[in-house]
Amino acid sequence: MPTSPSEPSDLAVVGAGPAGLAAAVAAADLGLSVTVLDAGERPGGQFYRHPAPGLGAARPEALHHDWEAFATRASRLEAHRRAGRVTHLAAHHVWTVVRDAATGEWLLHAVASGPGGEERPAAVRARAVLLATGAYERQLPFPGWTLPGVVGAGGAQAMLKSGLVLPGQRVVVAGSGPLLLAVAASLAAAGATVPAVVEASAYTSYARELPALVRNPGKLGEGALYGGGLLRHRVRLLTRHAVTAAHGTGRVEAVTVSRLDRDWRPVPGSERRVPCDALAVGHGLVPQLELATGLGCATRRTADDTLALELDAAQRTSVPGIWAAGETGGIGGAQLALTEGELAAAAIAYELHGTRRPRGIAALVRRRARLRRFAGAMAAAHRPGDGWTGWLDDATLVCRCEEVPAGRIREAVAELGAYDARSVKLLTRAGMGWCQGRMCGQAVACLAGGAPAEDRRPLSCPVELGHLAQLPPSAS
Amino acid sequence: MVPKRHSLDAVIVGAGVVGAACAYYAGRSGLRVAVVDRGPVAGGTTGAGEGNLLVSDKEAGPELDLALLSTRLWRDLAHVLPPEIEYEPKGGLVVAPDEAALTALRAFAEEQRKAGVRAREIAPDRLYDLEPHLAPGLAGGFLYPQDAQVQPAQAAAQLLRAARQFGAEVHLDQEVKDVLTGPDGRVRGVRTPQGDLLAPAVVNAAGTWGGEVAALAGTSLPVLPRRGFVLVTEPLPRLVRHKVYAADYIADVASGSAALQSSAVVEGTAAGPVLIGATRERVGFDRALSTEALRRLAAQAAALFPVLTGVRAIRTYHGFRPYLPDHLPAIGPDPRVPGLLHACGHEGAGIGLAPATGLLLASALRGERTALDLRPFRPDRFAGEEHDGEYERGAGR
Repeated sequence: MPTSPSEPSDLAVVGAGPAGLAAAVAAADLGLSVTVLDAGERPGGQFYRHPAPGLGAARPEALHHDWEAFATRASRLEAHRRAGRVTHLAAHHVWTVVRDAATGEWLLHAVASGPGGEERPAAVRARAVLLATGAYERQLPFPGWTLPGVVGAGGAQAMLKSGLVLPGQRVVVAGSGPLLLAVAASLAAAGATVPAVVEASAYTSYARELPALVRNPGKLGEGALYGGGLLRHRVRLLTRHAVTAAHGTGRVEAVTVSRLDRDWRPVPGSERRVPCDALAVGHGLVPQLELATGLGCATRRTADDTLALELDAAQRTSVPGIWAAGETGGIGGAQLALTEGELAAAAIAYELHGTRRPRGIAALVRRRARLRRFAGAMAAAHRPGDGWTGWLDDATLVCRCEEVPAGRIREAVAELGAYDARSVKLLTRAGMGWCQGRMCGQAVACLAGGAPAEDRRPLSCPVELGHLAQLPPSAS
Repeated sequence: MVPKRHSLDAVIVGAGVVGAACAYYAGRSGLRVAVVDRGPVAGGTTGAGEGNLLVSDKEAGPELDLALLSTRLWRDLAHVLPPEIEYEPKGGLVVAPDEAALTALRAFAEEQRKAGVRAREIAPDRLYDLEPHLAPGLAGGFLYPQDAQVQPAQAAAQLLRAARQFGAEVHLDQEVKDVLTGPDGRVRGVRTPQGDLLAPAVVNAAGTWGGEVAALAGTSLPVLPRRGFVLVTEPLPRLVRHKVYAADYIADVASGSAALQSSAVVEGTAAGPVLIGATRERVGFDRALSTEALRRLAAQAAALFPVLTGVRAIRTYHGFRPYLPDHLPAIGPDPRVPGLLHACGHEGAGIGLAPATGLLLASALRGERTALDLRPFRPDRFAGEEHDGEYERGAGR
């Protein structure tokens, strides 16, 4: 039985996005027994999303510029699965990873969702673990951001890829980061009008990082592709601007776009109103680290003020036996994730079985270095300016789950002795609700005036008490 | 240059609920105090607490006297502090799974009554009027109307805010690196990287880290961490009305065992989630998740309230209770270091016991008679004993 905790795999891979998929395939190629646990129904993660089967989409690749890299690996994963080298546990959400003190093996506890939404507990044992848990979108709140019709930029892209639906007919795309251009291009190609892409940072700051760009001709091509598409669809790109309010009754009807100064403070008098029926907004991605930080893996602060895992040249975390690849080590995109996944697989095979490094490793190492440099330049360019909190009036909800407005957070800091995200949470409940601060954590940390806090979510997803009660008892 | 004079009467080390209560009562009595903490308000064990104000789990004795005094003080504070502290006198319901437990509980409650606790025996068929979702087949229980609840971080923050209105200074994000003493051995203040805070008295309200502050002052206090996990469910309509726990919890509190023990206290909160806590284990400051702790909490909560079986936990957190070998706090002047006072070691009852501790300590600072006899809480009562962290006391009541 695949979910039996009694037979350990050589490697458990958490996440089947680009990094996890590449690692699982490469590790199986090198002779390891691999179990892949993934919250999704099908491999691909957030990046390689599939249209729902019922939609009859003929060419999902039309929405991806790198479908080939995925398709090859997906079919190899399937071949390994049939040969019994890979166990693919789809719809398995890992909620914690713990070390079994008796055997030294890792125990991964998951919630498995059935087709009818029913949940059951599952556990997997492994000698090594690769965390390829990806990232989630960073949201910076503004007045009106809770109106229907305001969606995450990544969410809009996901809706398009998996549901082939548009969030609206006239969609403003706003926030910061390279994803915005891709989202705008996809929306426009699918028939939406995109009145503007509103980017808070200035791309000119990339110029300083030209050496990194020149070493990444692929990325340049990608950018040009988006640029060309946007031009054809008459999409206007406004840099150093932000959507500082959304308006509407019952649904977004217009947004206020303001010019920003260097610190992202809105320039008074620069506001203009742009009519729209949807807003796709996001400020880059945040590595999803709770499984790693729960294990005690060391983190580092990235150039755009998120936390990422501290990894060595072999993709090892600071905890022996735990590896990571892709966005968990810092946002860098699918190409980098694929590269790191393969490097991690080679390192794990060497560590567990002494398997010799496969050919082509040196090229992968060079590619990783090049892509990481580029990712660093990109992150620095899109770091949110400290002045963004000027968008918020005291009534703006920051934590949507617990309905905590900015004013309450400011009061906790000014009056009650909080100065970091945790103490703000304790005093206001911001971040205590369903999303456990994934949506508001970054914003709360900024308002508290502190550095981004390490994710502390010992339960990575909700778990039924009945399942917890059925965990195998262990001596204490 | 004007010579620096003592403008402060006392420096309180620790901005948890106990330090905040000390500052509040000292400030109210006219003393000028400063509170200093290396973290934010409620950054240690207070922030990980459930906010239990319990008399029901305490055997007759000095800790119960402290709890009863605190119960009165919390009731007064609820009128003075803003509603954000979420004071709720919801009452505790202790249930007995079988006749043997019920007999023991009866004897336990009888002793408590003599000390001033209100406890009412509830017949098995009446339990369900109080808690409709309780598991069937319980032998009976006791209702403790004095048991209550506050939101612990808010309680600490609001006490501290009120203390500031009495003139208290609050220095957060400043770590005490040394306790200063004069040539006569008397305490004269504390040193932080931001400067010295001079006062003729220093109050150690550093909770689980109270042993470190005692060491800075050149003495010792054997405070050790005792880890507890709490499980938090998704928001629910009010399913659980009281603080409900099984009778075996009482034995656990008094136990000195290093092994994991648990008896889930289950309660609803104003915000919707049900809190289930807490385990007790001595594992130092280990922050790793214990799935065994979660298993026990979930199993016991579901045994009390079967309806919780299909409810999802969305969060868990842990804290490190400050415990002393005899499970009583250290409150009052330390005769070994003149000018040093302690207010720490409240184990899992710090939120509940904070006001009484603060009131007693304010009297001690003023050299006045205290409302309760401080002798059972003498900070030097462990002096000369050997402590290797494995001190055991019988688990009896």
